[in-house]
Amino acid sequence: MKQFLFFIQKEFYHLFRDKRTLFILFGMPVIQIVIFGFALTNEVKNSRIAILDNSKDETTASIIQELNASRYFDVIENLNSSSELEPIFQEGKVKLAVVFPPQFQNTLLHANTAQIQLIADATDPNVANTLTNYATAIIMDYQSKIKGNQNFPYTINTEMRFLYNPQMKGSYNFVPGVMAMVLMLVCAMMTSISIVKEKELGTMEVILVSPIVPLRVVVAKMIPYLLLSMVNIGSILLLSVYVLDVPIRGSIVLLVFECFVFTLTALALGLFISSVSDSQQTAMLISLMGMFLPTIMFSGFMFPVENMPIPLQVISNLVPAKWFYYIVKEVMIKGLGFINVWKETAILTAMTIFLMAISIKKFKTRLE
Amino acid sequence: MTYNKQRTATNDSMIAVKVHNIKKTFKTEKSIVTALEDISFEVNRGEVFGLIGPDGAGKTTLFRILTTLMIADAGDAWVDGFEVVNKYKEIRKRVGYMPGRFSLYQDLTVEENLAFFATLFNTTLEENYDLIKTIYQQIEPFKKRRAGALSGGMKQKLALSCALIHRPSVLFLDEPTTGVDAVSRKEFWELLRQLQIHGITIIVSTPYMDEASLCDRVALMQEGRIMQINSPRGITESFKKPLWSVRSGNMYQLMLDILALDAIDTCYPFGQYHHVVFKDETYSLENAKQILSTISSDLEVKQIPATIEDCFMELMRK
Repeated sequence: MKQFLFFIQKEFYHLFRDKRTLFILFGMPVIQIVIFGFALTNEVKNSRIAILDNSKDETTASIIQELNASRYFDVIENLNSSSELEPIFQEGKVKLAVVFPPQFQNTLLHANTAQIQLIADATDPNVANTLTNYATAIIMDYQSKIKGNQNFPYTINTEMRFLYNPQMKGSYNFVPGVMAMVLMLVCAMMTSISIVKEKELGTMEVILVSPIVPLRVVVAKMIPYLLLSMVNIGSILLLSVYVLDVPIRGSIVLLVFECFVFTLTALALGLFISSVSDSQQTAMLISLMGMFLPTIMFSGFMFPVENMPIPLQVISNLVPAKWFYYIVKEVMIKGLGFINVWKETAILTAMTIFLMAISIKKFKTRLE
Repeated sequence: MTYNKQRTATNDSMIAVKVHNIKKTFKTEKSIVTALEDISFEVNRGEVFGLIGPDGAGKTTLFRILTTLMIADAGDAWVDGFEVVNKYKEIRKRVGYMPGRFSLYQDLTVEENLAFFATLFNTTLEENYDLIKTIYQQIEPFKKRRAGALSGGMKQKLALSCALIHRPSVLFLDEPTTGVDAVSRKEFWELLRQLQIHGITIIVSTPYMDEASLCDRVALMQEGRIMQINSPRGITESFKKPLWSVRSGNMYQLMLDILALDAIDTCYPFGQYHHVVFKDETYSLENAKQILSTISSDLEVKQIPATIEDCFMELMRK
């Protein structure tokens, strides 16, 4: 035991003396949270729009005012003819144009129906979609307002409620994602690199020619990264609660426990990667290509897994981050208990045991 | 074979290392490379045994087989009475190994490196302090310094201390002096000789022929084969022909001119001289000078005793 503690101490020396790596390891989660929280957001705010009002009456004026007043849009151009539409989109000045036909108010009052044309720049389909939805919502809103106290029979009103995230904040989505990413990087990549480093430096050769079971030295390598990950989890949670206003609805103890379980999975992955690679570059490439990218692609954090072709959905089940991402969302955002995530926890545990078992089996007691 | 193993493991207490018909090949993508071709030798207890040979002779492979890091394709080997494949755990308790590359942690201090290797072998620096005292005293002033910041010679001394920390019965040193300056090399060999007092068997490999004379016995290796095993003196005495060293102003032209002569058996550059062997072994200094004077009158010619390197060159020609 004393021996094992000394090995752990040695790993801490390695870790703390490599100041640059240490800075990256502690700084990365903070930077990622900040970047995702404030820069990389898919919410649309203050989009520039153009108006082509061929009617210029009271109703169109009020609708334009409503649009301009909302936080989603800024009216920056008032066009005079439809020929101006094309150039303004080509120059990229606006993302959306709202076109009112002539005699808008008259048509509305006499025919009880009128049309507004929304023209969106669909080079980015998601943004175009979002903008037209916002605009439609504002126009619908206005419509129900002018209906006022008039009684129309047979109207169907939809009332929407967004559960767990009423403000539709993106941060609810990416905080669990960033947690999965950071743990993958810190645990899987850093452990595999630090084990392979011993092979590369030739120190593994000396460790092998000693009475110690080499696996002990390797396991000692994981402990500092385990602790480091828990610190990172702490900083991510603090940032998300106090800076991004993402609440922790479920039990913190359960959340931390689940993080711990996933950290062990990531460490087992790191151990596995180190057993199949001989150089630090290989270990890093395998970690990045084989672990980091799937974490981003298949965890459901960037792209919804439900929309992927069936084979990819099947593959996504092999990505540990997918299960962790699900667990964190359930516990942290929805506030559910262990009963609701025990299956996913069991899957992660099984993955850990499986990876550990093959890594230990593959661990060489000789050089070849 | 079983009988042989038993006998070696129990009776030959004077034999520290026994190697019997070891073969090892490596498969590359294109071909099969033979690293060791039927190697056999024995090393006595307390001996300093040198493996001398150029890069690629198979020295490191042999070390890795003996330190249980690799398994030979054929043949048997015993270290300290234990067979290297089945009893590898026993061997790992007993031997010290210093690989060719500097295998210490560059970011740990001298002290921390020693403490790590002591812990690895379940011992402490204090326990076997008398053994490494002379070596450790030289690096002690730098004990707070990181190993990566040490000079080449100091690194080797630290690595040697680490390899000795558990008082091994057999010490394997793979090219310990490669890349180390001449003064440090000399010091290092002095330290090795001092270890003999403690009864440690030392097997050391080196590409430097001049270090061979510092061993009790040497094996000259070339392309996976042992060409000769003998004491350094025995090897140099086996060089029967008279050897001449020749020097002039233009050494390159001199080499071409000498090789053009009919009476020449061989000629090769050796430091600032060319070493020459004539076909006729009875030549006196007068004969030699007379023949060589046909090239130039301004030559420095003397008869010299053969060194290990001369013997090596001679063996390689065969």
